Amino acid sequence: MSTGIGARVKRKEDKRFTTGQGRYTDDVRVDNQAYAVFVRSPHAHAKITGIDKSEAEAMDGVIAVLDGHQLTGDGIGNLICGWAVSSKDGSPMNMGAWSALATDTARYVGDAVAVVIADSRQEARDAAEAVVVDYEELPVVVTSDKALESGAPQIHDNAAGNLCFDWEIGDEAAADKGLAEAAHVTQMRIVNNRLSPNPMEPRSAVAIYDSAEEHYTLYTTSQNPHVARLVLSAFYNVAPEHKLRVIAPDVGGGFGAKIYIYPEEITCLWASMKTGRSVKWTADRSEAFMTDAHGRDHITNARMGFDQNGKITGFKVDTLANLGAYMSLFSSATPTYLYATLLSGQYDIANIYGNVKGVYTNTVPVDAYRGAGRPEASFLVERMMETAAREMGMDPAELRRRNFIGSFPHQTPVIMTYDAGDFAGNLDMAQKAADVAGFPARRAEAAQRGKLRGLGYSCYIEACGIAPSAAVGSLGAGVGLWESAEVRVNPVGTIEILTGSHSHGQGHETTFSQIVAERFGLPIENVSIVHGDTDKVQFGMGTYGSRSGAVGMSAIVKAMDKVEAKVRKIAAHVLEASEDDIVIENGAVKVAGTDKQMLWHEVGLAAYTAHNLPAGMEPGLKETAFYDPVNFTFPAGCYIAEVEVDPETGVTKVVQFTAADDFGTIINPMIVEGQVHGGAAQGIGQAMLEGVVYDQDGQLLTGSYMDYCMPRADDVPFYTIEHNKTVCPGNPLGIKGCGEAGAIGTPPAIINAITDAIGNNDLQMPATPLKVWTALQAAAKPMAAE
Amino acid sequence: MYQTKYHKAASFDDAVAALGAAEDGKYLAGGQTLLATMKQRLAAPTDLVDLRGIDGMVGISVDGDSVTIGAATTHAEVASNAALRAVIPVLCDLAVLIGDPAVRHMGTIGGSLANNDPAADYPAAVLGLNGTVITNQREIPADEYFEGLFTTALDEGEIIKAVRFPKPRRAAYQKFPNPASRFALVGVLVADTGDGPRVAVTGAGSDGVFRAEALEEALAGGFSAASLEGASVDSDGLMGDIHATPEYRAHLIGVLARRGVAAAG
Repeated sequence: MSTGIGARVKRKEDKRFTTGQGRYTDDVRVDNQAYAVFVRSPHAHAKITGIDKSEAEAMDGVIAVLDGHQLTGDGIGNLICGWAVSSKDGSPMNMGAWSALATDTARYVGDAVAVVIADSRQEARDAAEAVVVDYEELPVVVTSDKALESGAPQIHDNAAGNLCFDWEIGDEAAADKGLAEAAHVTQMRIVNNRLSPNPMEPRSAVAIYDSAEEHYTLYTTSQNPHVARLVLSAFYNVAPEHKLRVIAPDVGGGFGAKIYIYPEEITCLWASMKTGRSVKWTADRSEAFMTDAHGRDHITNARMGFDQNGKITGFKVDTLANLGAYMSLFSSATPTYLYATLLSGQYDIANIYGNVKGVYTNTVPVDAYRGAGRPEASFLVERMMETAAREMGMDPAELRRRNFIGSFPHQTPVIMTYDAGDFAGNLDMAQKAADVAGFPARRAEAAQRGKLRGLGYSCYIEACGIAPSAAVGSLGAGVGLWESAEVRVNPVGTIEILTGSHSHGQGHETTFSQIVAERFGLPIENVSIVHGDTDKVQFGMGTYGSRSGAVGMSAIVKAMDKVEAKVRKIAAHVLEASEDDIVIENGAVKVAGTDKQMLWHEVGLAAYTAHNLPAGMEPGLKETAFYDPVNFTFPAGCYIAEVEVDPETGVTKVVQFTAADDFGTIINPMIVEGQVHGGAAQGIGQAMLEGVVYDQDGQLLTGSYMDYCMPRADDVPFYTIEHNKTVCPGNPLGIKGCGEAGAIGTPPAIINAITDAIGNNDLQMPATPLKVWTALQAAAKPMAAE
Repeated sequence: MYQTKYHKAASFDDAVAALGAAEDGKYLAGGQTLLATMKQRLAAPTDLVDLRGIDGMVGISVDGDSVTIGAATTHAEVASNAALRAVIPVLCDLAVLIGDPAVRHMGTIGGSLANNDPAADYPAAVLGLNGTVITNQREIPADEYFEGLFTTALDEGEIIKAVRFPKPRRAAYQKFPNPASRFALVGVLVADTGDGPRVAVTGAGSDGVFRAEALEEALAGGFSAASLEGASVDSDGLMGDIHATPEYRAHLIGVLARRGVAAAG
């Protein structure tokens, strides 16, 4: 069986994961290990007027009780946002100060105020309860719209009216003109609900300080250990980079929440130096709900205009993005450059204008979560299209067809240049697989059972493979977004791939091996993947934004190009042939048209013995490459959902779900299908089940699984998955990326289907039974059996 | 979890003595609420007195048209007991809806009734079927047992030994699970008993489980879904939270009662 590109190879890493032999951060046990427990603010907004540590310090096992004044006193820097966004008047964003341990003011429930280091977790927890913090409560605001009202509580001194930035994209006058000329204008207010990321493994850190070397080691649950090291070193002043090793071992899911550097890792590193003990912290689930960066939380008002033929004439969008109490690492980019640059969707729209206000509230910081800005854009555009079709009495698929972009490259008015796609083909494929033609009969049959059946489309597009370094640099990014790889051919011919990508569930150990197996004709067992350790891998930007295939693998390909070039030179020399005649196939390096060959491992051995190399050639067979993408990649597809609503209760079941995705080249279809399944489950979660709720005092009402509804197996349907393929011209393998598509494309399909079923377009996520029932009560006319 | 002292009681006297001697003790049955609460440090009993080893606390016995279930009998046993199913199948149908398999194999009927969570399922069974709570001191009829949120007629130190249910003519339990917790957002047990219809509602009442008198009156005219047409439940006194408003709960009570009556046959 082939193990190369396109093969359904079973995941190499699953043996250790399914037999309990994974090694996660909390599994790390080191000498001299102590435990950290954080003292957290129970108030959403309060002045800290005093901290009495005396009782806690005297308790059994307590090594130290440390606070924010000590931390800042030791020169530990404030947390930063790594992407500078400017307001439309040219002024820079107003970044509020965020100390890893709050000094004067706590700004959300869970804000860390002090830390207890003790011999055991139990003792640390007991002592944390004995730390007496005096608070002077301040007024609280939790929603972005209320935070902008005059008289709202002021959260940061340097952000008047809680406005962090007032950003724009596109041409407002052109959009206004397009709308003025429209024959029909669809207007909607759309809330993109706030989500809690809920990776299976909570965040964790183990910090080890070596006082003789003044060197730190941090084990942590990170999607990007090199970025963590860079930020910890350059901004938080923990240690210079060469004195700081960051290891992200097996990581149990990230979904974006493990991109960021959080107060806890910083504090553990500092506390390990301060106490001379290794310090471990692992979040419990309550802390995860309270402190992991949340996702989404947009309030958007939008207008889309159409001419007599249904052609879009203008699109104007006004979005409030809740940033939470502080700016997380990429929180400025998520609701701006990762969101509004996709307002064109799959459509040829000449006139687009978007305005996004980033707003502080007394809630946990909000940042990228699977999809990151793109689900918000896709939900907005696809809800607008479906609603417009209904208002104009058009078939929603036909309205989309009339507006699809049909030729590439296509420059949108909101920065992006789409490089390739087949939007009509995706729609055709999905309609056929979903048997849309048979829907009226299915709807009638459901009506006989007393159920309201609805069908909804979503033609999503996203930008992945983030991203050309110069391009993101010009947009404000503080880092380049290339990737690096090293290919090490051992003297026996086996291969280690060192990659700056990080696998936390994606299956890199399998897919990365497949591209090596394909290239050199080797069994994938002969390839191993090394990642997640700054001492082993020279550098890397990590895994998020569906970039490991398009960017990470491209770096591996570039390094393999260099290896192959050297292999050819060695073989040509040893076999006394021309380099041009050398071919590599099935694990052998041959002279074309002859029986002369070297086996792969013989080339490896020749490189390392160096007994007979071309004159001047360095020994060894190891190459490094950095790959900087030339463009974003643009995965796109069409999802069609069918739901059945029980009109008596509002209970909604997704009864059919069809995805036709164009991910470009697919390395392992099984893994890609798994990504779509997981993404779609998250999308169904957002659409129907999940929603973070704070009360008006800033208390988190959805602080556990008793109230925060994660999708369970019986909440999701069997999926029908189809693949269209237009090859991405921007990278050597033609990959677009698949990690986020499900989470991006699914919510609009679900809500479009439910609103179709109930005959009321006014429905916000999550469409719980309560909300669906309420919308049914409000529907102008009952839409039962037609 | 804070430090706590564990006792395994061999008899009711033993249990009462152990609790009496404890500074702030709690009886322990399946622990499916109590232990989770302790792990979150929301409860901190100094002592736990485990009742499950006391003779006669576990088991299901059928005596003609009456069934007695030992207080430490697990939900899994109630759900799967063939003798019980032959007499009062609604109890099996209800028990299988509680929690997940792990909870059902640890949690007990006595523990659930002593805790009296307003969203628990068993209170609807006991009140709807007009059961009797048998303690180490007395017998308490269902209508006198449930006194409010997490509050019962049990005295300090009193232990539930068993619950006795009379066989109804027909009965059904309809549960609308909270999407997140899968506790009852609303649960309705309808029963056609020898003494008239009973409709018990859990999950919805601000004071815990209650009988929906308006629906019982409607059913007195005939135990059929048609009798319930037009009958409604007042939303006053019902809970409102992020999952359901009082009005939605009131509506669901009517829907579930109708479905229950239809399902009861």
